[in-house]
Amino acid sequence: MVSLKMLLTKPWIWSFVGAFLVWLATITFTGGYGAGGMVTAALSLAVFTVIVGVGQMFVITLGPGNVDLSLPANIGLASAVAMKVMGGSDSMIVVGLLAALACGAAIGAINYLLIWALRIPPIIATLSASFIIQSVDISFGRGLQIKPPPGFADFTNWQILGVPVLAMLTVLFTIGAAIALRRMIYGRSVLAIGQNIRAAWLAGVNVGRVRFLTYTLSGALGGIDGALLAGYFRGANVDIGNEYLLASIAVVVIGGTSVAGGKANVPGVWGAALFLVLLLTMLNTFGVSAGVRLLLTGLIIVGVITAAGGEKAVR
Amino acid sequence: MRPEMTAAPIDNSFRGSAARNAAARARLLRGLLPALSLALVLLAIAWLNPRAISYFGFNLMLNLAIPIALATIAQMFVIAGNELDLSIGTFVGFVGCVTATWLKDAPLIGVLILLGSIGVYALLGALIHLRNLPSIVVTLGMSFVWQGLAILVLPKPGGKAPDWLLAIMSFKPPLVPFPIIAALLIGLVVHFGLMRTSYGTILRGSGGNPAALRRAGWSLLKTKVVLFALTGLFGVLSGMALIGITTSADANIGNGYTLLSIAGVILGGGEFVGGRVSPIGAVIGALTLALAASPLLTFMHIPPDWQVAANGAILIIVLAARVLISRKER
Repeated sequence: MVSLKMLLTKPWIWSFVGAFLVWLATITFTGGYGAGGMVTAALSLAVFTVIVGVGQMFVITLGPGNVDLSLPANIGLASAVAMKVMGGSDSMIVVGLLAALACGAAIGAINYLLIWALRIPPIIATLSASFIIQSVDISFGRGLQIKPPPGFADFTNWQILGVPVLAMLTVLFTIGAAIALRRMIYGRSVLAIGQNIRAAWLAGVNVGRVRFLTYTLSGALGGIDGALLAGYFRGANVDIGNEYLLASIAVVVIGGTSVAGGKANVPGVWGAALFLVLLLTMLNTFGVSAGVRLLLTGLIIVGVITAAGGEKAVR
Repeated sequence: MRPEMTAAPIDNSFRGSAARNAAARARLLRGLLPALSLALVLLAIAWLNPRAISYFGFNLMLNLAIPIALATIAQMFVIAGNELDLSIGTFVGFVGCVTATWLKDAPLIGVLILLGSIGVYALLGALIHLRNLPSIVVTLGMSFVWQGLAILVLPKPGGKAPDWLLAIMSFKPPLVPFPIIAALLIGLVVHFGLMRTSYGTILRGSGGNPAALRRAGWSLLKTKVVLFALTGLFGVLSGMALIGITTSADANIGNGYTLLSIAGVILGGGEFVGGRVSPIGAVIGALTLALAASPLLTFMHIPPDWQVAANGAILIIVLAARVLISRKER
């Protein structure tokens, strides 16, 4: 009982409770039909949100105003780069993934360069950068209709006993991210900067380098996400990353990470991503129109955040 | 590297008159920067196509400047209270859909819906304050709500603007083009209200030092509600102005306005925190963006593929110029 009580005090538990309730509501509606398949599908789709969500989480944890708005454009460009480098051949899969990773990391580094050199708020810097990336993608990806190599497409859809392999790998990755956040100097520095950038600087944290690394990390994760999305949906697309702007921010905050910075929550990203994916599945199962679906999604996000409540003001 | 690179320079104005004068000069130049950006873009246009600098040319080029300026002012009010509205774009779209349907067919219901939506904004302000919620997330959720409502009101692009609205928006005054007069009017009215009245100061103070304001006996709940209601009001005006120009609506018509409005406030010299905003700067920022968005690019013969990139590049260049100027002044 003590452990249950402790579990209930964790902020991330509520996103999992929400995801479970939504799942329960849906299978009640279908009379139990497709309960397992729904979980499998939700895991497969949640993976893509979790990967960019973790990147966005590190950025948001840096403190107020830090957010990466270039993720959708980044994902779109990386998906095109990955497909072009792979060129449909199985032997180039690893090279293609590395190319997407490098492309994303370069975008992240440029983002920070803009923030640092021009001293502009990250929102505006990443926004301006995303305009430019979008154009590069439109120009580079024009008429690009390369299918992913069969081996790569199979890999992104590979399941063992109904559990997507990609989801298992992503769980390992998020455990790694949690360890980095709690036990490594880099993660502790990110948290310190988010809590008080000046204090962190005075304490000897290399603020510039940590921020540079964080934006590069977020970019790199966007890049790898683009490659995986192109594999899963069988092809690159300029618009493939569009929904991940709102989704990446939403999962971070619903998952219990503080938008004021300095407090991150890795498990919550998984719970919130599953919650959002299952919510969409539920509304689709109920057969509501696009307008009602958007309306309910919005109301539920506002409802969840109101119920979870913000943290008390420090001052 | 200094950690607070995105924050405003703090004036050390107690160090004698020389330092104070330098600080005042820096502040003046800082205030002039938005105007300089606009002049830069105008010069580029004049150089590329002198014929555009005319009554007719401005009417055409600044066509969409009025709704963008109104949306930017709307965003400026929430930013003055240290919040951010990520739903203003879809809200403008929702207002547009209501304007092109209910407001024309059943004006009374239309007006009630629009007043109700301003009420929703006021309630959001109260909710955000009472539950201490992050406005980014609440308005992110609301952006879905407004978009959903817009699709329900107008499932397919269409509808028609009310005739009186069309008449207002196609007004052609002598000598000075209407968009310029409207922009001046919007800027001056909001400047007077927010910068020159005592309650305007309180509103900005709620972003500058909320704790001090609370101890002085002012209600932070009330300031937040007022700021959000003002955002709703100017969002409504923006949506109506937009439909007055485009004559028909589409549920996605305002989606780009969220990012445009934030960029406009920042270009206009506003800061994300601290209640430092400038209504006139915001309007000038919106005009700069409206001009830089398409007329300039068309004159530069930039292929459509690269127009979005050119937009980003212009934003970066203007901000870089700003950094250069303020650095020289220090």
